[in-house]
Amino acid sequence: MAVYEQTYKPYQGKLTPEWSRFLIIPQHTLRGVFNSKLFTAFYVICFLPLLVEAVLIYLHHNVTALAIMNLNARQLIPIDGSFFQTFVGVQGGLAFFVALLVGPPLVSRDLRNNALPLYLCRPFSRTEYVMGKMSVLIILLSWITWVPQLLMFLFQSYLEGFAWFRDNLWLASAIIICGLVWILLLGLLSQTVSALLKWRIVASGAMLGLVFIPSVFAGIVNLIFQTRWANVISLFALMSNITAGLFGTFDRVSGRIQISDFDDNVVREIVLMEPPLWVCWAALFVFCAVCLAILHWKVKAYEVVK
Amino acid sequence: MALPASVREEPIKSQTALTEPPVIDLHGLSVSFGNRPILKNLRGDLRGKAIGLLGPNGAGKTTLIHTLLGFHEPSGGTAHIFGMDIADRTKQIRSLIGYMPERDSFIAKMSAVHFVRLMGELSGLPSEAALERAHEALFYVGLGEARYRRLETYSLGMKQLAKLAQAIVHGPRLIFLDEPTNGLDPPARLRMIKLIREIRDSGHAHIVLSSHLLLDVEECCDEILILKDGQIAVYCNLEEERKSNRKFLMLETRGDQEKFVEALQQLGCEYAISGDHRLKIVLQEGVEVRDLYRLAEEQQVQIRRLSYKRDSLEDIFLKAMENGYGGL
Repeated sequence: MAVYEQTYKPYQGKLTPEWSRFLIIPQHTLRGVFNSKLFTAFYVICFLPLLVEAVLIYLHHNVTALAIMNLNARQLIPIDGSFFQTFVGVQGGLAFFVALLVGPPLVSRDLRNNALPLYLCRPFSRTEYVMGKMSVLIILLSWITWVPQLLMFLFQSYLEGFAWFRDNLWLASAIIICGLVWILLLGLLSQTVSALLKWRIVASGAMLGLVFIPSVFAGIVNLIFQTRWANVISLFALMSNITAGLFGTFDRVSGRIQISDFDDNVVREIVLMEPPLWVCWAALFVFCAVCLAILHWKVKAYEVVK
Repeated sequence: MALPASVREEPIKSQTALTEPPVIDLHGLSVSFGNRPILKNLRGDLRGKAIGLLGPNGAGKTTLIHTLLGFHEPSGGTAHIFGMDIADRTKQIRSLIGYMPERDSFIAKMSAVHFVRLMGELSGLPSEAALERAHEALFYVGLGEARYRRLETYSLGMKQLAKLAQAIVHGPRLIFLDEPTNGLDPPARLRMIKLIREIRDSGHAHIVLSSHLLLDVEECCDEILILKDGQIAVYCNLEEERKSNRKFLMLETRGDQEKFVEALQQLGCEYAISGDHRLKIVLQEGVEVRDLYRLAEEQQVQIRRLSYKRDSLEDIFLKAMENGYGGL
């Protein structure tokens, strides 16, 4: 079928390995994503907190720089679990907005243009399709969450010495697990919304709504019933608890409400208890399972009308 | 997934030899959507180079193609493509298949060359080879000059051609074309038909052409499978059908018809008088048209008109719709 021959000819060359074919989707999609200058600019901004983090770590170990700035190392934030947890949280928030920009059109665009039969009539399964679309977000979000955080951890280890690295190795695993869980959640949520709604703007709105509305609702329920158990429906609260658990800062008691009489004597104290960590993990697991079930139902070459 | 070279490269003879596995082998294939049966116990070997899939709307043509592609699970029976079971060797089968869907299907915000390249890569072609073949396929279907344009800006005819390009980019051995001339104007339709015939004549791919336009199928296919209510109404080889019809003649004569008819009987031909001076004749083996002219001369009868009675595809189709179900 050469251009000059203009005849139909079968392909006789080598084929690529089957396992690697899902990576073709991110390879082509990422090229399109970075064609948008606005998105590229936003993505660059996502690295700014990392710059601040790197500067803080550096200052901790540079006496000359501290002297110039008239600062004492003790006046700076200590480089410990809380330090990394804070920056993981900041990057996680930015990752949410990146997912909000990139995720919703991934599947919805294919559904709107009936492109699924074109993918699935090839030696390419539905699972590979979902994996391919997910890996677009996994790659994009990894570069702004756990990968740079891990580099920061290594930077701190390099400056602090091997003993610090050995004693705080658990921090590295917390950074990786936390990053991957958040990316998986965002990926599944955006793919599910994208598979359910064909229009990008509606899908983006739905994704925002699915994250914020349950959080607001949980806040209202918590306030009315003076509890923290409603947090099981808030993705942000669940992730916050899980992050705290991984970084060793989780405390079930998240607040106390004291009820006083007219003479300001405390008559009753209500201790606000966060749901246990295993409940948070179970809630996230259920959330992921629901997303996967919806994707299994929606990602098909053709809808069958029964 | 490397397929045996013999499966991928071997050129196709005019029809698949009986010793080779048929292109499509239906083993009591049934498909139901819920409680609604769509395909009912389809059986037979399809061996043609270009098989026309005909039937009225809702007969199950598209469902049959989708089931063979693995989009729907059979509710009973199975089918084989090139000897491979569609139930457990879906991926291997799909690597040998090209599919041009009926509906408008493309990937948004992509140029045609990018789109066809992506489809090639998904079929297993390395990136460079996919790009090279994407250019070739687009030139082949006549979109060479427009290959860098976004698909959204294409006309309907161009989109159809782009769909054909993506179906052939990986050089499949079997191409499913679902209503490829839908919505095309006459010149675009002719171009599409020409391309399909070229692919068929190249001998490198079998074609299954689903259409409700009989003319398209007649121009492109050597075999036809007519579906009616999810069952096979007719499966026949058009060429053989035409050959067998060459023995049926319609004659219009002037002169002593009785003597001529007697002479015909002596020659062993069957006949029927269908009006004044009109005869229908079935020629026996060994009897040629020139023998008729010789007889006419001997009986001093003039043959004013002689024509072959040829069942058109439309006749075959209409008979199938009236008669109900046949088999293979």
